[in-house]
Amino acid sequence: MDSATESEHIEKLIKEAESLKIKLEDERQKLNDITLASVADRLETITCINVKPRRILKGHQAKVLCSDWSPDKRHIVSSSQDGKMIIWDAFTTNKEHALTMPTIWVMACAYAPSGTLVACGGLDNKVTVYPLSQEDDVSTRKKTVATHTSYMSCCVFPNSDQQILTGSGDSTCALWDVESGQLLQSFLGHSSDVMSIDLAPSETGNTFVSGSCDKMVLIWDMRTGQCVQSFEGHQSDVNSVKFHPGGDAVATGSDDATCRLFDLRADREIAVYAKESIIFGANAVDLSVSGRLLFAGYNDYTVNIWDTLKCQRVAFLYGHENRVSCLRVSPDGTALSTGSWDSTLRVWA
Amino acid sequence: MVTMNSEQSACRRKPGENSDIVGSPDRYNRDNQINQCNNQNGQEVDKSPSSPTYHITASCAEDTPNYLVYQKMEAIVEKMSDEVTGVPVKTVKNFMTKTPSVFTGTDLISWMMKTMAIDDQEALHVAHLMASHGYFFPIDDHCLTVKNDNTFYRFQTPYFWPSNCWEPENTDYAVYLCKRTMQNKTRLELADYEAENLAKLQKMFSRKWEFIFMQAEAQSKVDKKRDKLERKVLDSQERAFWDVYRPMPGCVNTTEMDIKKACRTYKPISKLSKQLDMTSTDIPSHSESFLMSSVESLNKEIEILKARLDRSNIKVSKVSEALIAYFEQYIEYDPFFVQPELTNPWISDNSEMWEQEKLAKEISTRRVKRWGFSLQELLQDPVGREQFIRFLDKEFSGENLKFWEAVQELKALPQKEVQSKVNEIWNEYLGPDASCPINVDCQSYELTKKHLQKPDRWCFDITAAHVYHLMKSDSYSRYLRSEMYKDFLNGSKKKTSVKGIRSIVSFSGRRDTATS
Repeated sequence: MDSATESEHIEKLIKEAESLKIKLEDERQKLNDITLASVADRLETITCINVKPRRILKGHQAKVLCSDWSPDKRHIVSSSQDGKMIIWDAFTTNKEHALTMPTIWVMACAYAPSGTLVACGGLDNKVTVYPLSQEDDVSTRKKTVATHTSYMSCCVFPNSDQQILTGSGDSTCALWDVESGQLLQSFLGHSSDVMSIDLAPSETGNTFVSGSCDKMVLIWDMRTGQCVQSFEGHQSDVNSVKFHPGGDAVATGSDDATCRLFDLRADREIAVYAKESIIFGANAVDLSVSGRLLFAGYNDYTVNIWDTLKCQRVAFLYGHENRVSCLRVSPDGTALSTGSWDSTLRVWA
Repeated sequence: MVTMNSEQSACRRKPGENSDIVGSPDRYNRDNQINQCNNQNGQEVDKSPSSPTYHITASCAEDTPNYLVYQKMEAIVEKMSDEVTGVPVKTVKNFMTKTPSVFTGTDLISWMMKTMAIDDQEALHVAHLMASHGYFFPIDDHCLTVKNDNTFYRFQTPYFWPSNCWEPENTDYAVYLCKRTMQNKTRLELADYEAENLAKLQKMFSRKWEFIFMQAEAQSKVDKKRDKLERKVLDSQERAFWDVYRPMPGCVNTTEMDIKKACRTYKPISKLSKQLDMTSTDIPSHSESFLMSSVESLNKEIEILKARLDRSNIKVSKVSEALIAYFEQYIEYDPFFVQPELTNPWISDNSEMWEQEKLAKEISTRRVKRWGFSLQELLQDPVGREQFIRFLDKEFSGENLKFWEAVQELKALPQKEVQSKVNEIWNEYLGPDASCPINVDCQSYELTKKHLQKPDRWCFDITAAHVYHLMKSDSYSRYLRSEMYKDFLNGSKKKTSVKGIRSIVSFSGRRDTATS
């Protein structure tokens, strides 16, 4: 084919894509009959939120970059730029293990569903798992599971200790077999670094969501490796994604200083949580058990609590003295943990 | 004075804004570039001596997160420094001295409260953040924060704003500190930590200290020629600049970058933007393979768009109702709204709640009620699951749940055990001589058979989904209507008093109707 007809062909394709985009936008607009906030107008305004700091976990020597709750609802694993991973009994604030990492840039860590295994990784491009036990030195039993071609930014165990799902700066996500280190499925579709992933809370657990520096939020089918839905709207890096407990919507936090709610059923953004006085980006988001409260940790050292339905801010939590880098609601919804560049972790309830 | 890292970014400013810069920015050579911020992971940027003044750093590319933040803060500062509607700036005269161009913390905070419609606490917080980035600063304190009192603050000149991509080197810092030792003024005296820094730098640059000293001397001479009040302002602005880039110990260094973002900034342009470029510029004819790949990606994009158009979506009004219904159903299980039955361990320091759960002696109504929300809720609760198994056994339909659970187990297995489990499941539930056969439609049966030729952990998924649907619509709804469930619900109700529970919501799949 000579280049003239080739370029004509391309032009035709571009035109087709454009017209499809317009059509899609039309369709979407038709479904956008009313705003979530106006439907939620009938609900009472939240006034009773009284969240206070309940525990401070001190022990890291540098920025805390990631944390995760144990399924037992009281232990926390955290990783820090001091090259340490600490297992805390957050309830008593005791440190149960302090593990020295192969790289000082540990960006992500996660608890396995059994509560007897933790995973971590970062600038070493790897995911390493550590079985936890009281008897021997935990780090002697560590095992490298996965290797990306760039840093590993986030990881999560998908309903099993035997697999781990990772997101990476190489703009892919991947599912690995823990025992053999075999790559079970890779997920290609983002055009920039993947920052965050979260599993759908459905009974089968076959889908997950990812957020990336390409400003996109993608929904994936773990079985086929295909992207099944995509959401745009953020104006900068998407730093955090979290499924609504009902499994039909996704909350996100971004460097554009907004949090958003995207609904899978409506296939569109249905809420933006923003305020003029909130200037800095959001690093981490999570939702309360009922999905009404959205907790978001920001680069301005605060945690903002949003009413997801009425789209208002209901409270903000001061306490940290530097950026809030990670934030998680505990498995039973009784507490909220935050980690910060001020090297502490806090538990709020 | 420090030189600008990137002239391009300087050009971005409106011309008028640079008018208060005294001295030309390129007075000094910029040898020995030390790239403080972006060198953390050992990646080197172009340091060729031919282009030192055009050194553009990734941290100021316009689409980076920091730039967005700077833009917003600068928009606020511009409003603040408006002569009429901004924060009132004045020159304060005291008995012997004049303090030029200052405003008080109180004036600043009340301006922010009024203009941004926020309370004093939030205004103070935002003001502190902006001060820590150096947009304004206390006139005689190295700690860049704001107090809501009569402390004096001054605006930083736009030349020193962080959006100009400053990455000042240690030599610049050495020249600056050295210069301050030359001027015999109390207000320019070095703080303890600065003196320590100077000593360290002197050691570090011992071989070229003479050069640094000469530069400092030259700058000092220029400074001395200036008007007294002008000097006061400039000195303080320069000091505030260094308070941002070499903060006092104990102060937050706001120039630190998130490591993930620092890593990402050095990536080549993404494929997507290349594709977008194609639409705007003439297509280059030289690269055949590039054309092919763009045709491919366009076709893919069209495919995706078509698939999205085909999707049947739900109106926002309905989705909103579903989200509200979910909230109303789950509010009593959300500890941030309704107290747990036993006290919240984090608030009461009593872990009874967790211990009680493990014992599972008394099952509260609240918990049993939840089983009625969805089959998923029922199966998630070990006691609920046990109850349901007993019910299915009575109905002689226990094999469905067993099969479904076996498939979930399969998904969670290590890779090496997958093959044998696949065979096991097939032989037990689906094969011709199945010991525990399940009822499936022939379509999913055939599909599963096909999947078995290349067995993986998901090969029974379609059949399992089918079975799950059957359970949900059939056995589960019968279970909710059964005496067994009702007895359990009523029986447990007597044992525990329940506080804060609203009227019992209808049991049968409220959530299901809401979401379907």
